[in-house]
Amino acid sequence: MNSPYIAATDADRAAMLERIGVGSVEDLFSDVPASARFPVLDLPPPLSEMEAMRELEALASRNLSASSSAWFLGAGAYYHFIPAVVPSLASRGEFLTSYTPYQPEVSQGTLQAIFEYQSMAASLFGMDVVNASHYDGATALAEAVLMAYNAAGGARDRAILCADVHPEYKDVIRSYLSAYSVRLEEVDLPPERAAALSDASTFCVVAPYPGFTGAIGDIGAAARAAHASGALLVVQADPIMCGLLKSPGELGADIVAAEGQSLGNPMSFGGPFLGMMGAKAGLVRKMPGRLVGQAKDAAGRRGFVLTLTAREQHIRREKAVSNICSNQGLAMLQACIYLAAMGRSGLRAVAQLCWNKAHYAASLVARIPGFGIGAAGGPGAFFKEFLVRTPVPAEELAARLSRRGVVPGLPLSRYFPERAHELLVCVTEMCTRGQIELLAKSLEEAST
Amino acid sequence: MKIDPNCRYRSSHEYARKDGGEIVVGISDHAQEALGDIVFVEMAEPGKKVAQGEPLGVIESVKAASDIYAPVSGTIAAVNPALQGDPALVNKDCYGAGWLLRLSPSDPAEWDGLLDAAAYEKECGKE
Repeated sequence: MNSPYIAATDADRAAMLERIGVGSVEDLFSDVPASARFPVLDLPPPLSEMEAMRELEALASRNLSASSSAWFLGAGAYYHFIPAVVPSLASRGEFLTSYTPYQPEVSQGTLQAIFEYQSMAASLFGMDVVNASHYDGATALAEAVLMAYNAAGGARDRAILCADVHPEYKDVIRSYLSAYSVRLEEVDLPPERAAALSDASTFCVVAPYPGFTGAIGDIGAAARAAHASGALLVVQADPIMCGLLKSPGELGADIVAAEGQSLGNPMSFGGPFLGMMGAKAGLVRKMPGRLVGQAKDAAGRRGFVLTLTAREQHIRREKAVSNICSNQGLAMLQACIYLAAMGRSGLRAVAQLCWNKAHYAASLVARIPGFGIGAAGGPGAFFKEFLVRTPVPAEELAARLSRRGVVPGLPLSRYFPERAHELLVCVTEMCTRGQIELLAKSLEEAST
Repeated sequence: MKIDPNCRYRSSHEYARKDGGEIVVGISDHAQEALGDIVFVEMAEPGKKVAQGEPLGVIESVKAASDIYAPVSGTIAAVNPALQGDPALVNKDCYGAGWLLRLSPSDPAEWDGLLDAAAYEKECGKE
């Protein structure tokens, strides 16, 4: 049991065992069934580093990666270009190894990066304040709902949730709310019509911008309808889209939550991602998470410090707005560098490319016999993602196309078994004209 | 430490002072000193009914966030509007301009159960 990495000696261990009246370390595990206690691992003999690399590379090459295929899969994780400056700066040791910037005297770099991120994200969303970040888009959205609940001071208990929010985000919202006496009402309506259902007991309406299936609803009308009954409008937004279309804040949203992975963070098999949250000024006291503010030191020099910390769990304990949030520091930093590198015009160009290419792709797919774009009522407005109605089950199409190096999107049956003939296609700036044409051609060939 | 002899107190450091038919509520000088610089005050809305001992709101200082409890039962009649712009009034003049809110009491007998100045001073001495 002696290890160079464990400081306790045999004598220490014996003293501890004696103190708690246990005969041996093994006895501490007696609650674990004997059969599961020391399972025999049938492992092959050890490999050298070189051999291990070769084996892992052989395994990895069996994956179909976004960069080596025609990639039209989105549904929450998006394939966007990441300029080389993002990983290059973010991996600097000063940033990469620092954490919990509580001490301004030694953390000005990290604090300033958070402040700049907050400022750029606030401008992107049209919000007065953005916090230092959450785990991911789903938890940020769930926290936003709790925030709206707290802002109503317990006087309202009903939340209206648009059904076209990502199914996994809805699961997270349900989990977060399960310990609260909140009536969460899911309605299969566009935001403006969902918000019209709000009443004096409603604390918020949750609207996606755009929806999981791509539809862009009327957020302005939703805001007016929610506000008419005193409810807040919580918008879950695509940050890239906000570079092109009116921001949720301009349209009247009170709280914005977003998945920030698209901003300079790789898809990485689904994480770590970046939860973004912003709010209008009047709500800042109800906002969870850390906030960095700009201040002056004793000599009048510009500096950065955590601010409004009395909201937070280390001070307010069980009465804090949230006891389950943290700052996703590195992912936040990558988003910060991305936004700074792209600038307003660069982000707009990315968003414009997504829009143009997605609409070009949709126009090609619409011409294929048996295919249709959008839900039954037509496509309506969309950004980079849209539904395709398929003549054969979408799962079959996806399997056939992936063998040809084309990942055509998400078969909706993954979340909605009854919607077997729908495919959610995502087109970003990364998709070339050739790949888009290959998608249309492959869909046509695979369906006949 | 200043203890206003015209007030009654809770051991959680709120004071209550009779003013006409209403009760003015604030925190004691001892409490404001212990909290340090007060940066935010948030009280419940006028019209809300509270029972003795229930939270009325929160005071945030640079080092803590503290709940304020109702010294007596009643209905909130008014909240000090000056504290929104200048929460430091609680530090500067806790028994005067830094009052938190006014209650219309519903049970006059509760007043008699509160600590008088001498008893409160003794209570503070124990800390």
